[in-house]
Amino acid sequence: MTRKQKKVLIRICVSASMLIALALLPEDFPRLSFLPEGPLGRLPRLLLYLVPYGIIGYDILRKAFRGILNRQVFDENFLMAVATLGALAIGFLKTGDFVEAVAVMLFYQVGELFQGIAVGRSRKNISALMDIRPDYARLETPEGAEETDPDEVPVGSVILVNPGEKVPIDGVVLEGESSLNTAALTGESIPRDVKPGDEICSGCVNMSGVLRIRTTRVFGESTVSKILELVENASSLKSRSETFISRFARYYTPAVVFGALALALLPPLVRGLFLGLSPEWGEWIYRALTFLVISCPCALVISIPLTFFAGIGGAGKAGILVKGSVWLEELSRTGIVVFDKTGTLTEGVFQVTAVHHSPLSDEDLLEYAALAESSSSHPIAVSIRKACTRPLDLSRVSHVEEISGNGVRVLVDGKEVACGNARLMERLGVPCVECHETGTIVHLAVDGAYAGHIVISDREKPEAKEAVAALKAAGVRRTVMLTGDRDAVARQVAERLELDQVYSDLLPEDKVSMLEELLKSRHPKEVLAFAGDGINDAPVLTRADLGIAMGAMGSDAAIEAADIVLMDDNPLKIAKAIRISRKCMRIVRENIFFALAVKAVCLVLGALGIANMWLAVFADVGVMVLAVLNAIRALFTGK
Amino acid sequence: MKKTYKIEVDCANCANKMECAASKVPGVESVTVNFMTQKMNVSFAEGAEPAAVMKEVLKACKKVENDCEIEL
Repeated sequence: MTRKQKKVLIRICVSASMLIALALLPEDFPRLSFLPEGPLGRLPRLLLYLVPYGIIGYDILRKAFRGILNRQVFDENFLMAVATLGALAIGFLKTGDFVEAVAVMLFYQVGELFQGIAVGRSRKNISALMDIRPDYARLETPEGAEETDPDEVPVGSVILVNPGEKVPIDGVVLEGESSLNTAALTGESIPRDVKPGDEICSGCVNMSGVLRIRTTRVFGESTVSKILELVENASSLKSRSETFISRFARYYTPAVVFGALALALLPPLVRGLFLGLSPEWGEWIYRALTFLVISCPCALVISIPLTFFAGIGGAGKAGILVKGSVWLEELSRTGIVVFDKTGTLTEGVFQVTAVHHSPLSDEDLLEYAALAESSSSHPIAVSIRKACTRPLDLSRVSHVEEISGNGVRVLVDGKEVACGNARLMERLGVPCVECHETGTIVHLAVDGAYAGHIVISDREKPEAKEAVAALKAAGVRRTVMLTGDRDAVARQVAERLELDQVYSDLLPEDKVSMLEELLKSRHPKEVLAFAGDGINDAPVLTRADLGIAMGAMGSDAAIEAADIVLMDDNPLKIAKAIRISRKCMRIVRENIFFALAVKAVCLVLGALGIANMWLAVFADVGVMVLAVLNAIRALFTGK
Repeated sequence: MKKTYKIEVDCANCANKMECAASKVPGVESVTVNFMTQKMNVSFAEGAEPAAVMKEVLKACKKVENDCEIEL
């Protein structure tokens, strides 16, 4: 509890005990004999009740008064002030009952306090999790390590990170091995191992060894700053529900005030002037005041923005950054998800996935291939060298002959090794076996005899299939893949992942026009989301209704262009984000419906004189508390 | 120029009200109030003096939400 809240709690206790004590006094207790019966005789009693009323309600009265001065008249403070002051006036003039007015104020404050505590708790929860701002950087200087402001560390300087500390600035590891906890960034607590030469993202927590890091960016451009900026700027774009509620409140509150006014004035006038009955002013004014208390729109105006804040916070905790509540709303209506292939559904790195038809052992074949390709920097050659587990002794290689567009011919240990595509084999007159798998095929011949082939392809992410299935389960109607890759490869990937549609052989600019086509095909209320890794698909990210950038740790272009940023590159997070948004929107709808329904029923009861002010304040405070608790549910995103 | 200020505000709707009020202050180009992190991000218009502008922002915010606080 904050200081403010403690103060309110004390006020509630004091005022409540005073109220109980006063209520226990005999009806006519401070009966001063020199005062006449009637209102004047009730004056001492009123004055007594004004003490607990003042203690509990002074700030509401002050706020209401200031609101009037600042021409922000119609808010909940105004409603409560008018209702309670009115009830006191009726008590004074007619009934002599002052308990009600004080109690209404009391319950209102209890509700506010409760709401404040609940919200504060959950807020602290979230901000602790999102607290990734490093306080200092340990800069290496000739005089030893020195703690400095991360903002003042120039690019290229060397910093030290001890175990347990946050990495303050992006850089490259110079010395030391350790594992990093990336939970604050990605929501996943799988540690990442780093060794010298590895790039390292700020915001991770160093867990085991001391690391020496050469910074590659200034603090302001480091991952951690970018993320903080995103988190702090979230919510700048308001969702339709929020704008609806604030617009609603703008008309609603004046409307109920005038409604209450009508309820207070019209029936007595009609009764008195036309029906010849007694006007019963007191009764109708009392009903109007009850009406005011019920109609207080707190539950809505408090809980709807809170739901979005909580939803964005909960998503952030899971490593999903949402740039504004409007995107959360859009996300919940996603009907079509379009993927980029490379880097989104696949790893984006070429790997040897198979070795076929080889009379030699796989390792021997890979070693020959790696030696043959040892001088090439082509990505295919690199992936072959990576796949070869043995150390490469380059002195074994001689007579390298590159055959442009076909491959290479070299001597390894005196044996002639030819390594390349099918055309090379044809040229050498070696019959080669066609491969049934898709990907890039590298054939090998040793001393003129066929020695098998190596399949190199971009590997699908292990979660890719599950991710597509999860999207379907989350209610996405269509999944589409766009790729610049060859048709055969694309088709096979799409089939394995069970995607609905695939468009292949696309240049980056084709992707935009393809997306335009897809945008035309969606249903009117449906949202098309595009998920990409931000590498050469930034225009598509911007063009889609909803751009989701994956693996954003480090890619600025993606962060800029996207509406939703997934911190790691796990495509399963897309379905999770959709589930979070759906939950959030469901809560919003529940709250709107529930609050309005209860209010409507109570308003009618109040106008008919069935509900009294006690029921009114319970309806108001109860609905608010329930709505707030419901809103906080959006924080918890589950698995 | 962009600056971040710590704020104190009790309810999400009040945060929205503050944001709305602050964005209308001359010299403020755009502003976002984050209720969850209790931060106000202000980007100032060219040539505006942040200290002076923020004084006005605080005044404007106090008008709509008397309870709020901005650490200047």
